[in-house]
Amino acid sequence: MSYFSDIYKGIKTLLTGMSVTGKYFLHSRKGTITQQYPDNRETLKMFDRFRGEVVMPHDEKNEHRCTGCQKCEIACPNGSIEIIWDRKVNPETGKKKKEIDQHIYHLGLCTMCGLCIEACPTDAIVWAQNYENSVYDRAALTKVLNQPGSKLMPGVED
Amino acid sequence: MTDKINTMYIALSITKNIHDWLFSVMPEGAASIVEMVLIALVYLAVFAVAGLYLVLLERKVAAWFQLRIGPNRVGFWGLLQTMADALKLVSKELTGTVKADKFLYNLAPYFVIVSSLMALAVFPFTKEFQAFDINIGIFFLIAISSIGVIGILLGGWASNNKFALIGAMRSGVQTISYELSVGLSLLTMILITGSLQLSEIVEVQKSGWLIVQGHIPAIIAFMIYMIAGTAETNRAPFDMVEAESELGAGFHTEYSGMKFAYFFLAEFINMFIIAAIATTIFFGAWLSPFGITESIPWLGVFWFLGKTLVLVFLMMWFRWTFPRLRIDQLLTLEWKYLLPINLINIVIMAIIVWLKLTIQF
Repeated sequence: MSYFSDIYKGIKTLLTGMSVTGKYFLHSRKGTITQQYPDNRETLKMFDRFRGEVVMPHDEKNEHRCTGCQKCEIACPNGSIEIIWDRKVNPETGKKKKEIDQHIYHLGLCTMCGLCIEACPTDAIVWAQNYENSVYDRAALTKVLNQPGSKLMPGVED
Repeated sequence: MTDKINTMYIALSITKNIHDWLFSVMPEGAASIVEMVLIALVYLAVFAVAGLYLVLLERKVAAWFQLRIGPNRVGFWGLLQTMADALKLVSKELTGTVKADKFLYNLAPYFVIVSSLMALAVFPFTKEFQAFDINIGIFFLIAISSIGVIGILLGGWASNNKFALIGAMRSGVQTISYELSVGLSLLTMILITGSLQLSEIVEVQKSGWLIVQGHIPAIIAFMIYMIAGTAETNRAPFDMVEAESELGAGFHTEYSGMKFAYFFLAEFINMFIIAAIATTIFFGAWLSPFGITESIPWLGVFWFLGKTLVLVFLMMWFRWTFPRLRIDQLLTLEWKYLLPINLINIVIMAIIVWLKLTIQF
């Protein structure tokens, strides 16, 4: 007698599906998720998990969290990150310590895989939610992430 | 209201005047041929535009089901979108494969579109507004609706493309199977009306729409008809004919430009036809519910189109809800479920009509 129960189950599941889509249809006016992009570029804000480009946040004292450990450079599968660093004497402790000169990021090579951000032990680099990254000259895609004159935030150790 | 009735009389008298004028300036034979051509042209123009707007409606409805906006750039609310699409398709090059059978390849789109336009002639849009009231109306509709598949088979075969051929063969299997269910579910209702003529069927429904008159078996017949009708038009969830993810575009893979547009338009006119048949047979064609506008017969056009559009919407709802069936599931559904249920249903309906258990007002 599974024949009739199959028919019953079939109709029931089909109606369940139709009620789900029907609810969406009725709420389509308020719940529209379409972004009409060029029209709303002033107000359009990307969601938090959007991977626009890699940036290095600085605080108001122009300090970043990058210790120059180069884990991101090693993690990057296609060489988008190059770190120029040096050992300098810390005036307070008198010890020699690694310090970054330039954290160079090639946006043109980056595939937005996120391995560098996962590898970073001090959360020095994060995803930015910007878009519209196209430029007329590809040299503009090579960016230095640490700002000129910036220092390591005190207390950040890897 | 009198104004409206007057305008209606004027409209009717225009057709009558043209009729009289044609017969006064020409011999009878030529005049009737010219009249037929005129009517055909009017139908052609109206339904080409109607088909385009069905495409727009489908896109809008699809968008709303998926919480999108849909076409909204060309014209107010996107109303001119499909017009622009059609213009673009007209201006495009008609490409074809080298090894295609040129004659059949070029014939196929016309076969499909002509067979779907032919079916439109018999619908009673309102009282006295029916181009061709033949006494075998339903039979004619069933016959015509299955001719379209020959065009699809021709197109798939003649393009000399494996995807097109697979699509066409699937279409053949599908239409042959589901034609039975369409025919039998309509026959169930014919048991009540006792006539195949569409105007007679409408007359019978003046004492209650057939879906009310035939109650339970009529509702079963309607459900079977809608399933089989969706399959007839090769729409999702029965769109194995042009399953995009498997066959490219199915039987019309090799078509471009206006020939593609004919196939595309025919699909939507076919959907309209399936809904219009259901309206005529199950929902009282142009009759208003409870006879509220019986005194103004021209309003019947709106009732007819309204009911048809509701059923068209139902088919669109199916399309944007259900996943595509596999070919063996399709045949199982028809031969193991729809057909036996249909045959039992027809017997039940016969008993109900015999014992006069129908509900009549």
